[in-house]
Amino acid sequence: MTADKELEKLTENDDNASYGKGRSPLQDAFREFRRNKVAVAGTVFIIMVIIAAFIAPVITPYHFATQNILYNRAKPMEGYDITTVFAEENCHWYETPLEWGCTVYMSGSDALGRDLWSRVVYGTRVSLAVAFTAATVSLVIGLVYGTVSGFNGGRVDNIMMRIVDFLYAVPMLPIIIMMTVYFKALSRRGVSTGLMGWMIELNKLTGGLLFVFIAIGALNWIGMARMARGQVLSYKEKEFVEAAQAIGASSGHIIFKHLIPNVLGPLLIAESMAIPGYIFTESALSFIGLGVDPPTPSWGAMINEGYSGLRSNPHLVLLPGIALTVLTLAFNFMGDGLRDAFDTRLRGRK
Amino acid sequence: MARYIFRRILMAIPVVFLIVLATFVLVHAMPGGPFDAVGTKAMPEKIRVILERRYGLDQPLYKQFGAYVWNLLHGDLGPLFRRQSQTVNDIVAQTFPVSIQLGSLSILVGFAFGIPIGIIAALNHNTVIDYIVTFMAVITRSIPSLVLGPFLILIFGVKFDILPIAFWGADPPFVLGFLPHPTKEFWLHAVMPVFSLGTGMAAGIARLTRAGLLDVLSSDYIRTARAKGLHERAIIIVHALKNSLIPVVTILGPLLAAAVTGSFITEQIFALNGMGRNFVNSIGQREYFLQTSLVLIYGILLVSGNLLVDIMYAWVDPRIRYD
Repeated sequence: MTADKELEKLTENDDNASYGKGRSPLQDAFREFRRNKVAVAGTVFIIMVIIAAFIAPVITPYHFATQNILYNRAKPMEGYDITTVFAEENCHWYETPLEWGCTVYMSGSDALGRDLWSRVVYGTRVSLAVAFTAATVSLVIGLVYGTVSGFNGGRVDNIMMRIVDFLYAVPMLPIIIMMTVYFKALSRRGVSTGLMGWMIELNKLTGGLLFVFIAIGALNWIGMARMARGQVLSYKEKEFVEAAQAIGASSGHIIFKHLIPNVLGPLLIAESMAIPGYIFTESALSFIGLGVDPPTPSWGAMINEGYSGLRSNPHLVLLPGIALTVLTLAFNFMGDGLRDAFDTRLRGRK
Repeated sequence: MARYIFRRILMAIPVVFLIVLATFVLVHAMPGGPFDAVGTKAMPEKIRVILERRYGLDQPLYKQFGAYVWNLLHGDLGPLFRRQSQTVNDIVAQTFPVSIQLGSLSILVGFAFGIPIGIIAALNHNTVIDYIVTFMAVITRSIPSLVLGPFLILIFGVKFDILPIAFWGADPPFVLGFLPHPTKEFWLHAVMPVFSLGTGMAAGIARLTRAGLLDVLSSDYIRTARAKGLHERAIIIVHALKNSLIPVVTILGPLLAAAVTGSFITEQIFALNGMGRNFVNSIGQREYFLQTSLVLIYGILLVSGNLLVDIMYAWVDPRIRYD
């Protein structure tokens, strides 16, 4: 055990160490990643946010849609006193359809009298859901498209890449905005038949997130497809693929056992670096009113609700804004760390 | 080169045409029409029919599209339904310059700050300066313009009260149709929107410049230049810089797209009368011609931006030949 540790110490700063216990490239990358303190901090923060998203009802005093209209636009910490937060005299029951509420808000309340902290915490669910779903969707589509195109080559490749080239020149965001408007207009009219009706139902269930997923997925698979194709093209010519072909392996075997495992790594890193962009796009869509449906709390939508009263109630913009920035920062740190850890070309230069 | 550019432009025409076709179909597929009842006050059926006939909306879709394209070729982008006194041409003439000014100024800010900062970081590789710059770049890159805009307003508009918080400082008529009069008013108004769009770009450019320069500085020909005793400044400026800018050029295309995307948000936050704001505000209405025309303009912008990037590629990297 101690000998191992000693060896570890010896090889710590020696990247070309070829003696001692062998390490797989993955272990190498993991060690490199762990050494990057900022990246680790970012990852830990993201894990904390994920936990917060799951246990949101526990760490928030109210549901995100609970209104207390008599105490709207409360300033942060107004009447906040840790000993009396849930004391009887701070809580009121009303005869109105609005639910009862306690009149203290740790970080203030918005224009409709909803607790800001609760909304920000529930907002993590939207941002994280978008981050991971959009990453998965664009990864899967891009991987399949790119692999098919690159592996087949020839005319298929040519046609598929022409389509990608075409889509690349399309101003995606305006068209996606139009598509979202189209979906939203349909769902307002209450279409309930066929695929469209099913999608609208699902959209309602997810609080308007489904259309955001579709929009962001449609926006981002193109780059992934190009990258996957490039990777497949270069690996296809490698000796190990040739060897596999020589011993009579089927195309499926070569794709799934030899190509995809090699292609997946760079794509995953590219995805982790693209996640901040997905979070941006969601908040931008929600900001212009095309993202989630109210009352689902999204940080972009909260900034939109708050920014018209920026002068008098800056906290309505500041809190979701800071949350958005910090989460993006954490994803950026993690993405940069992953890239540095896996890019062996960069590693020697430190 | 000229032949290449000509071929690219020729190839761009079907792309733009398909974009227009797709948008046109999508816009018309939306439920409802431009003359639907607003609130409880319904428009009499007779008047609606007359209005629709006036704008040709009673025709079959392919005929409408044909007429639209025909008018496009004659430089007519179509009428507006809600503002009778104006046409789409008027709107574009007013808003396109504003968006272009905002976008190009912010890209300019991105380069003006990003490249020097990136160079400084690379020249001080693995020192405190490098770490600070890289760290700041990641932080700046992480602040979306959606957040930076309101932050800037709070700090410089509300707290210190030194900058105007809304509107663009230049109004039509513009110099040559798209340039602003460079008054003090204009620059004061431009500072916050431009920086809220441009700082993120600057951070991205700084990162790429740093990586590119580091890459180049470790190459053999730089070692040769050093070995023959060249001045360090000459090595950086004459030999290294141009090659290190190759990766920077690659993000010009995405940058242009970011300027377009950002303008949707920034124009909204600062109440600028630009294309993005008009596009977003016309979402709920059925302004068929306005929406299709704006998407068309975005398409042309993007296509020509990509072409520009490819041409610049050949300029910074003569190894690339287009034949």
